[in-house]
Amino acid sequence: MIALIIVIVLVVVVLLVGVTMYNGLIRSKNQVENAWSQIDVQLKRRLDLIPNLVETVKGYAAHERQTLEGVIQARNAAISAPDTPEAQASADNMMTGALRQIFALGEAYPDLKANQNFLSLQEELSATEGRVAYARQFYNDSVLSYNNKIESVPTNIVASMLKYSQREYFEADEAARTAPDIEF
Amino acid sequence: MFELIRANKRRSVALIVGFMLVVMLVGAAIGVLVGNGVVFTLIAIVISGAIAFTSYWKADKIALRVSRAVPADPQQYQRLHNLVEGLCIAGGLPKPGVYIVDDPAPNAFATGRNPNHAAIAVTTGLLDKLNRVELEGVVAHELSHIRNYDILVSTLAVTMVGAVALVTDLAIRMMWWNGGRVHRRGDHGDSSNPLAYLGFALLVVAPLIAKAMQATISRRRETLADVSACQLTRYPPGLISALEKLKEDTTVTHSASTATAHLWIEQPMSGVGDDGKLSKVHKMFETHPPLDERIALLREL
Repeated sequence: MIALIIVIVLVVVVLLVGVTMYNGLIRSKNQVENAWSQIDVQLKRRLDLIPNLVETVKGYAAHERQTLEGVIQARNAAISAPDTPEAQASADNMMTGALRQIFALGEAYPDLKANQNFLSLQEELSATEGRVAYARQFYNDSVLSYNNKIESVPTNIVASMLKYSQREYFEADEAARTAPDIEF
Repeated sequence: MFELIRANKRRSVALIVGFMLVVMLVGAAIGVLVGNGVVFTLIAIVISGAIAFTSYWKADKIALRVSRAVPADPQQYQRLHNLVEGLCIAGGLPKPGVYIVDDPAPNAFATGRNPNHAAIAVTTGLLDKLNRVELEGVVAHELSHIRNYDILVSTLAVTMVGAVALVTDLAIRMMWWNGGRVHRRGDHGDSSNPLAYLGFALLVVAPLIAKAMQATISRRRETLADVSACQLTRYPPGLISALEKLKEDTTVTHSASTATAHLWIEQPMSGVGDDGKLSKVHKMFETHPPLDERIALLREL
């Protein structure tokens, strides 16, 4: 009788602990996914702004064909990029570089720089750029805590039962991390 | 993190229960003195219940109104809105309401009952005096308060301390109108002034309540919010130089009051230019660690 009670208590305890760990993992995983969609939202917002920007710049610097095409190409690449952190990150870096060149045109064409539309697009895009960076940070923080849970004892037991695997970080590449050179 | 949130929720409950008990005791005490214990106790229960209820549902609005905060216009304060939104994304928080307080003193506070019902207010002085990275540090500090439910405890305290401060003031005045005596000679019969008793009771109780406040709103939460803020911005020097600017600035935040003092990122009344009475009350309600300590701690990161 007493043995039975002990067994029952043990089973209940194990179950409770298991449920808590399972819920913790689920919470972590959902946070990673939420963070990922947050990055997506910001990247999409940026893609939506670009055609407008290209049109505006065309009016002032139509012969800067190369730069304009670069941005359009980067946009197409970003749209068709597969939905993995690695692919998205490289598309995102390409985008950032192309946009930098466009904004550099503003320095060469005073009329363009004075254009209200160009200015507000610039503000909007740089704000989005900041939000993308923050979203990446939140994603990486989420991945860190998720990976920690998957690797550390005892949650790794539950994780392996659920076949959860490590997620990869969203990393900016070296080129994007260094500030662009300014030539006089 | 989760333990912290739980602790803050526990503290909130303790605060409400404690507050109601104190008010009830005061009511009972007055009742016994006046000779009608039951009625006064019941009145006290009703009043404290009403205040506690209002505290939970409406205190954030009250705190904002008392501080004369107005919603920040998205066009005019585009930079601030963008900054708040970015940091919310970094912390995985919903965007709180953004408010502006028209005050030359640089200061900020957050209020609300949970991350979904939160607001953050900054003074115009803060926007004028701080650059972008410093402002980010301060906003991140406030968002940290929102994230770990500090705002719930401190917002509840606003209305409760406010109620106590108000009644204490009233009672003290009543006593003076009565010549400082409970019982005037020459009064026919024994028409005593129950409010004077209330005043006495509150004079005794107010320091106790202040102490309880200190216990619930520990000074550790400020340093904790400083540290989590740096986790959000990934740039401690921003908050450090912001705190240094706050330290150098001795303008008194006029929009603050005894009730809301503990909400602000910097002790609003630095004891400069306010009269003795207020600063004494203030010493009692001291809720912030000195800025020097906070800066020193951040330097170690």
